Amino acid sequence: MTDHDKPSIVRFENVGLRYGLGPEVLQDVTFDLEPGDFRFLLGESGAGKSSLLKLLYMALRPTRGQMTLFSKNVASTPRQELPAVRRRVGVVFQEFRLMDHLSAFDNVALPMRVAGVREAEVRRHVEELLSWVGLKDHLQSRPPTLSGGQQQRIAIARAVITRPKLLLADEPTGNVDDKMGLRLMHLFEELNKLGTTVIIATHNLSIVRQMAHPVMRLEAGRLNTNEQQIIQELGLDDPGRPSAEPPRRAGLVHLH
Amino acid sequence: MFKRRTDLPLSQDTLGRFLPWLIAFMVFLSAIAVAGMLVLNDAVGRWDTGLNATVTVQIPPAATAKKDEERLGQVLSLLARRPGIERYEALSKDALVSLLKPWIGDGTDAKDLPIPMLIDVTVDRGRVLDVERLAAELAARVPGVTVDDHRLWLSQLVRLVTVIQILAWAVLLLIALATIGTVVFTTRTGLAVHRDAIEVLHLIGAQDAYIARQFAARALALGLKGGMLGLALALPTLAGIGYLALETGATLLPKPDLSPVYIAGFLALPVAVAMLAMMTARTTVMRNLKRMI
Repeated sequence: MTDHDKPSIVRFENVGLRYGLGPEVLQDVTFDLEPGDFRFLLGESGAGKSSLLKLLYMALRPTRGQMTLFSKNVASTPRQELPAVRRRVGVVFQEFRLMDHLSAFDNVALPMRVAGVREAEVRRHVEELLSWVGLKDHLQSRPPTLSGGQQQRIAIARAVITRPKLLLADEPTGNVDDKMGLRLMHLFEELNKLGTTVIIATHNLSIVRQMAHPVMRLEAGRLNTNEQQIIQELGLDDPGRPSAEPPRRAGLVHLH
Repeated sequence: MFKRRTDLPLSQDTLGRFLPWLIAFMVFLSAIAVAGMLVLNDAVGRWDTGLNATVTVQIPPAATAKKDEERLGQVLSLLARRPGIERYEALSKDALVSLLKPWIGDGTDAKDLPIPMLIDVTVDRGRVLDVERLAAELAARVPGVTVDDHRLWLSQLVRLVTVIQILAWAVLLLIALATIGTVVFTTRTGLAVHRDAIEVLHLIGAQDAYIARQFAARALALGLKGGMLGLALALPTLAGIGYLALETGATLLPKPDLSPVYIAGFLALPVAVAMLAMMTARTTVMRNLKRMI
């Protein structure tokens, strides 16, 4: 079986992206993720992390290269087929992008309702998840009346409510304390154990140190997948960082 | 009424608040135009049945009553032989005098006046009657006799009414176009205002139709609200016009007929406008969303 025959969740081959006629903000990005992979995406501000995530959640299409999600070439997929692909992707936006006029409950319920799930089932799942993220008493609260951390938890709950095959999170622990941050990371890990592929863009090296997951780094629009180099440069080999289990890392990381 | 959960905050749109009033105005104008068309249709139908098959023969008065009788007899005998005439009836002296009363009043003894004799002739609709030839034959036998063909002025009147009806249809068409334009503008504004929320819905997997349904449902609700309001304003206006027409003795127009068909037609107006608004909103959203990723 060649690399291209393997089932992949995400496959980028020499992907480039530019906005309008501007310079390329992503250049020759190449990587491959399989079901159950978990990856931290690191990089300075402006390195292209958000642009890469936008490609992954199909807010943008690449200007060159091959990009496949769930073995589907989304660069050339007709737009009427994109919703079905998007329903398999959960996204935690950096700025949350919650609907301010909807309650916490309705915000989290959105992906299920969009997918046509029965209301009784929506109610059961949403209440359970909001309770799990500590917002049981805020089911009917609207986002503007909640703190940044509470809004972030709603955004995370909305992203994971349909148990997506691919979960993308842009700074998901940016507005919560360390304890809640770790708790949310464990939620991502639980989903990951169930087979969800997870990509987390973060500046929080403390979280990265504590979690035993591979990293990749964007440097001025180019993706560095040399993990040893990244670990050394960022000091992630700190004794506090648990060593990644070889089979997990070796088996799931397929960086080119 | 129409309370429904929507993912987009469409009820907060300022423009949406004006839409019911604009639609109310459109429905008001439509109701007036439709009522006008119905009245004219009725009137034309009535004139057609009453006058289309009749002509009037007029015999000028002679010097003596005996001479009058002779001339009348000659005309009647010719009419009796003429094919294409279903029936004819000479108006009595009393009937003629009563026709003149509005002009000469009760004080004058009109029977002494030299009044022309009139004969009402009903034409057989199944056959063709050459009125000009009949007039020529009658005039040849009794000098001065004229034939008044009602169909001539009736056809002119019907032509006029047809033009008015075409204008009324044009007004309805313009109203429909104005409604479509208003809804397109309002919907496009809504799409621009809620662009971010729409993008979020797209990114969590919403189909264009899912988003379009929300705009369409909103347009339907506002359309029905505005339509009902417009109809509520139009009905008393029409009743007032009808009352004034009766009071001023506009006898050419038929009396207001509130048949179930007419009532259903008027009630269908707001529904039709609301449906138009709904379909317009849906089409506008579907077309505009195609430009988004």
